[in-house]
Amino acid sequence: MPVQLLASRALSAIVTLLGVMVIVFVLVRVVPGDPIAMMIAPGASEADVQALRALYGLDLPISQQFFVWFGQVLQGNFGTSISLKQNVMRIILDRLPATLELAVFALCLAVMWGTFIALVSTAWRGSTVEKIIDAFNGVMLAVPDFIWGLTFVLLLGVLLPVLPISGRSDPAIDAKLTTQFFIIEGLLRGQIYFVWDVLKHMILPALTMAFPLAAVIGRVLKSALLDVMVQDYIVLARIKGLSNLRILLQEALRNAAVPALALTGVQFTFLIGGTVITERIFSYPGIGNLAIDAVINRDLPLIQGLVLTFGIIFIIVNMLVDAATAWLNPRLRHA
Amino acid sequence: MTTLSRRQIMKLGAAGLLLGNGFNITAALAEGDTVTIAYNVNLPSWDPTTGLSSVNPTIQSIYRSVFDQFIGQKPSLEFQPGLLTEWGWSDDKKQVHMTVRDGVKWHDGSAFSAEDVVWSLERAGKQDGGNPISFIWGKIGNYKVDGNKITADVLSFEPTLFKWMAFLTGYVMPKAYFEKTGAEGFEAKPIGTGPYMVDQFERNAFVRLKANPDYWGGKPAFNTVIYKFVPDATSRVAEIESGSSDVTVDVPFEEFDRLKAKDDLAGVSTPVSDIGMIFLNNIDAMNDKNVRMAAAMSIDKQAIVDKLLKGYATPIDTLEAPQYAAFDASIKVPYDTEKAKELLKMSGFSTDNPVKFKIQTTRGLKPKDFEMVQAIVGMWRKVGIEAEIEVYEIAKHYELRAGDTLAPAAFYNWGNAIGDPTTSTGFAMFGPSPHSVWNTDDLDGMIGPLWGEADEAKRIAGWKAVDKHIADNAYVIPLIQYQQPILYKKSIKVTPNIAGSPEPSQMSPA
Repeated sequence: MPVQLLASRALSAIVTLLGVMVIVFVLVRVVPGDPIAMMIAPGASEADVQALRALYGLDLPISQQFFVWFGQVLQGNFGTSISLKQNVMRIILDRLPATLELAVFALCLAVMWGTFIALVSTAWRGSTVEKIIDAFNGVMLAVPDFIWGLTFVLLLGVLLPVLPISGRSDPAIDAKLTTQFFIIEGLLRGQIYFVWDVLKHMILPALTMAFPLAAVIGRVLKSALLDVMVQDYIVLARIKGLSNLRILLQEALRNAAVPALALTGVQFTFLIGGTVITERIFSYPGIGNLAIDAVINRDLPLIQGLVLTFGIIFIIVNMLVDAATAWLNPRLRHA
Repeated sequence: MTTLSRRQIMKLGAAGLLLGNGFNITAALAEGDTVTIAYNVNLPSWDPTTGLSSVNPTIQSIYRSVFDQFIGQKPSLEFQPGLLTEWGWSDDKKQVHMTVRDGVKWHDGSAFSAEDVVWSLERAGKQDGGNPISFIWGKIGNYKVDGNKITADVLSFEPTLFKWMAFLTGYVMPKAYFEKTGAEGFEAKPIGTGPYMVDQFERNAFVRLKANPDYWGGKPAFNTVIYKFVPDATSRVAEIESGSSDVTVDVPFEEFDRLKAKDDLAGVSTPVSDIGMIFLNNIDAMNDKNVRMAAAMSIDKQAIVDKLLKGYATPIDTLEAPQYAAFDASIKVPYDTEKAKELLKMSGFSTDNPVKFKIQTTRGLKPKDFEMVQAIVGMWRKVGIEAEIEVYEIAKHYELRAGDTLAPAAFYNWGNAIGDPTTSTGFAMFGPSPHSVWNTDDLDGMIGPLWGEADEAKRIAGWKAVDKHIADNAYVIPLIQYQQPILYKKSIKVTPNIAGSPEPSQMSPA
């Protein structure tokens, strides 16, 4: 059964990716904006324009362009960026670690904060504390992430300039790392000061992305906790004399976590999508920021490569969430 | 006794709470020998001679920090010796001669030579080499080198050839180094002969430059220059206001006025070689001269400058800004709404029966672009023109313009850092140019002979006559010359650059 399940998931992932490839390829060619038109020099003749088009392979019929690209992708080659003149795969692999570290950091903040507010408002159900938390949660949910970003820039970057508001690390520090996984490699190399600097640069963008997600997690987890807290085994635990805190953390949380975890997984994919705006606001050098430049420049190979990368990340995250949910809930494991 | 303000105490408290002891906040990087610039564009590539980024005027200040151009350019747009100390045409205009500067070294210590110049020009002129300006560089060939003297045959006379040597893609590249490293190797570790050397480059984040101690023009004032790439204008405002950066450019004028009034900041806004204009396409209503003239005469450009752009722009009546070679102050398009109404009446239009057409514009690409078009449409409405606004992305503008399918009216900006009329009026208005959407025989007949005109005085006079003809017939509606707002700490002296953004080599401690 697990083998069949795995095969089914893999097949589904391949079909999804194929769909993504076709859709993105057609979409970027249908939307207005010709990358060659942006590069035409002032005195270029029609022959110059055609030569430029041929140089980037854009003189071929769209179907032929697709199969050329498809063949390249199968060999692990996403093509060459028009604006950056580099291999698309290399560019993405260079930037992806920044986005992944930011997204994971934001997810950790969101899970911690969401869990905390869910536990506190469940423990103090019916009190003023719950009302305050619900109201704050509502605000976190209602305000779009870019507004949070600008607010943080103003509050903690300008009025109280205690945190950096742009970039990924202090340009004055040369950590001489060999990978783009700054935190992981920095820790392995014992460059604590550099890691701290990177974390400082990540705090505001991560909070920006974490706030709305924390509100969703808090709300769903609280709802699940309230359902669990009236179950017979919780009543039994109370009769046994276990403390409220112990019941909440030891008995209720694990069972209530399943729906919240599934939701967190789905939201994590949105969170990665949300890096586009957040990375722009904080001039953070990840694939979100890269995507905006790619769209502005109509860099077709780069847009295609990025969308495909986002697609692969979404599929992997969803598979991981499915696995984690099954691990937490035995009923799903044997379904 | 030292006293702290409430705000300072709050800053210290918050800093202490958030960061603990021993960690300094990232700010105030201008500590004597470092200047940090919050820059408005990313640097996509280190090759200043190929691809999309090579023709992006905004990036040139970074390129000019690392590479030298064949011919230099002062902040005032005047030309000056660069890596070429002398240049010119033979009397019959069939040859060019160039003298290469002695004693220049590449950043890796190797000697710069005339071979580098020839290789750079030949590489730039190859049609399949990826240089978007190859049509200029390909007009000379058959190079001969004798020491530091170069001669070449003129394959096709191009009067602006030497001006381009100080403009887009006019950079000298290191022949031996590039051939050794290849294009990708060069991207990873670029070298030039410029005032700064690349020390560290984090794509989309920052580039750190170190002063070139052997620079032929003298060691620059700052030892370290950090360009932070901050494309979002709000974030650039935050960068300069928080003290995280020392210099920034292109902030909204409202913020510029607010920030330059602060104690520790200064601001300067000077005209740059970039203008705002409305392209007219000779289709539909624009084939009626009365409509075009009325559209041009009913725009109160001064009001737009004063009210929308806070005075930070200059109204213009031709595509030549005052600093350009063919600027003619006598060519005027008056603001006259009564005359506009009369003209429209002659074509059967009035406020009750307005002429209708579409105007396209970007939104947010240039300061107040959409708002300017909104104001213009409001002015037009009062004389009997009803224009429908369509907002589009700049990429679509390029596509439509290249396909000659722009709407009857389309707002756009046009840069011209060499100030030559060919690169303003010429390419924008000559029918066969891929950038022109106005195609009429009278205008093409006037412009055509000027491309190869060898007599400079006659050439410039010819372009002035073209500008006059365009103004008399309203073939285009020039609006304003832009200014670039620059904000900087008072501890730094910044020299504005009409060609574009300020260059680090023109900055020094105050």
